Amino acid sequence: MPSRRYSVFAIAREALRQHGGWTRAWTSPEPRDRYQVVIVGAGGHGLATAYYLGRNFGITDVAVIEKGWLGGGNTGRNTTIIRSNYLQDPSAAIYDKALKLYETLSQDLNYNVMFSPRGLIMLAQTEHEVRGYKRTVHANTLQGVATEWIEPARLKELVPIINIDGPRYPVLGGLYQARGGTARHDAVAWGYARACSDMGMHIIQNCEVTGIETEGGQVRAVNTAKGRIGCDKLALVVAGHSSQLADMAGFRLPIESVPLQAMVSEPIKPCMDVVVMANTVHGYMSQSDKGEMVIGGGTDSYNAFTQRGSWHHIEETVRALVETFPMISRLKMLRQWGGIVDMTGDRSPILSTTPVGGIFVNCGWGTGGFKAIPGSGWAMAELVAQGRPGPLAAAFGMNRFREGRFIDESVAAGVAH
Amino acid sequence: MLILFCPYCGVKAEETELAPGGEAHLKRIGPDGTAEEFEAYLFARKNLKGVHFERWRHAYGCGKWFLAARDTHTMQVYGTYKAQTAHATDDIVANARQARPEWVPDWPQASEAVAG
Ligand SMILES: Cc1cc2nc3c(=O)[nH]c(=O)nc-3n(C[C@H](O)[C@H](O)[C@H](O)COP(=O)(O)OP(=O)(O)OC[C@H]3O[C@@H](n4cnc5c(N)ncnc54)[C@H](O)[C@@H]3O)c2cc1C
Repeated sequence: MPSRRYSVFAIAREALRQHGGWTRAWTSPEPRDRYQVVIVGAGGHGLATAYYLGRNFGITDVAVIEKGWLGGGNTGRNTTIIRSNYLQDPSAAIYDKALKLYETLSQDLNYNVMFSPRGLIMLAQTEHEVRGYKRTVHANTLQGVATEWIEPARLKELVPIINIDGPRYPVLGGLYQARGGTARHDAVAWGYARACSDMGMHIIQNCEVTGIETEGGQVRAVNTAKGRIGCDKLALVVAGHSSQLADMAGFRLPIESVPLQAMVSEPIKPCMDVVVMANTVHGYMSQSDKGEMVIGGGTDSYNAFTQRGSWHHIEETVRALVETFPMISRLKMLRQWGGIVDMTGDRSPILSTTPVGGIFVNCGWGTGGFKAIPGSGWAMAELVAQGRPGPLAAAFGMNRFREGRFIDESVAAGVAH
Repeated sequence: MLILFCPYCGVKAEETELAPGGEAHLKRIGPDGTAEEFEAYLFARKNLKGVHFERWRHAYGCGKWFLAARDTHTMQVYGTYKAQTAHATDDIVANARQARPEWVPDWPQASEAVAG
């Protein structure tokens, strides 16, 4: 049964009925023995892929299979920064598509994803960064993505709590994207899940995929904790576990999995209404609606699958941020956690066909894929439905590593975000 | 904090003293290599969830490269060995097998390891 529409009238009606009429946002069915499309991974990217398959292509015979709970991977662990100020044209196209979709996502899904375009600044703290970001502003102008270079005085107006003449790395200016911001990570996963469930798709949680069955170079089925599930097409959208799923299908990916961590402070009164990222000193910060300072830093530099991360990275991040925002020095941290991010050599994602017929892969979003969820789902749905990439995904095929066609975003993705 | 034993200095080194160098035992492809071989050498990684052989440099110590066998899932270190070694030593293999009985080395078993 489709879930009820959420509206101000529904809230008023339920208020009079002691909120007894709210139904579950999505169903939890037992799997059927086959689907037209099986998607592995119910993170934001997997769920958005399912949603746009239904919405844009009318394909609703879809199952999304998740080993844990939906949104429990990186999607529910990220610091929710949304921006589209990348350098290369293919990146600008897909990230800006995502940003535009985010702008109306709450209305499209009838689910409040709390998109907050509060503006975002990337600090330039070395001459090298000044030149790099000015170059990005020029590239963005040509791409039709509105960003601007701002001088320290303007930056200080936007972020009064910042220390612009810090001892080690004074702030020399910033790359400002006024349309950037944040959204509620869980709500993005939940909103897509509810919309998928309403279209009759199955979201199957607590069901690990343990094997992939192929025949004559063509996918046939997946083996799961709940048995064999047949499919015509299979989309692997599992972030940090992409190499493991590719291994089950018999191919390799140019991916390495590393932990990335984040933390939040105790809640304090509103003090910063933009997102600030500092790539040179390695840290970034925003304030959540609850008042917590949300803080992220760098990835571990070696492969690991523990959702924890190294202690010294926390120290490094906090040290950098205390120098940049001296007033936070006495804040207590409430929680710290990690996620396993899937890094590619050029810091750009992979949306691609694979050596196995009917298997498609969407991964490599690394430290920065939350911002891309709607655009990635849109492009991936096109790839899965048509069997070949559309304009948004075309440049992101995995053959680019063989062909030397890199989409180098190591500057734009400098700090994990 | 990850602590690895430097086989050259003979000391335990904390990870802040070390620089990671990624997957170990990659075979360099020569000028006649195909595009596929170069791609595999440069980009395709095993990225295993389990027993992983990797390169480390004792950056703030002797400055030399050595190799480590570490479990990327449990973070257990099975041992470290010198870089001039074709495969992990037998005692490291034994340690790994004890923790993960299902794991088998992916090189020929009659160990050709050359002591470095
Ligand atoms: C600490 C941290 C901070 C971040 N900050 C930002 C940020 O500020 N802005 C930004 O844009 N991005 C950020 N990111 C990156 C972003 O979170 C990810 O790129 C994005 O969420 C990836 O989404 P996904 O759907 O691909 O993966 P996930 O959300 O990880 O979903 C993959 C799912 O696949 C499931 N799975 C894995 N193996 C199997 C299997 N065998 N069978 C079934 N299911 C399986 C997992 O359980 C998981 O739920 C951050 C990441 C982290 C860790």
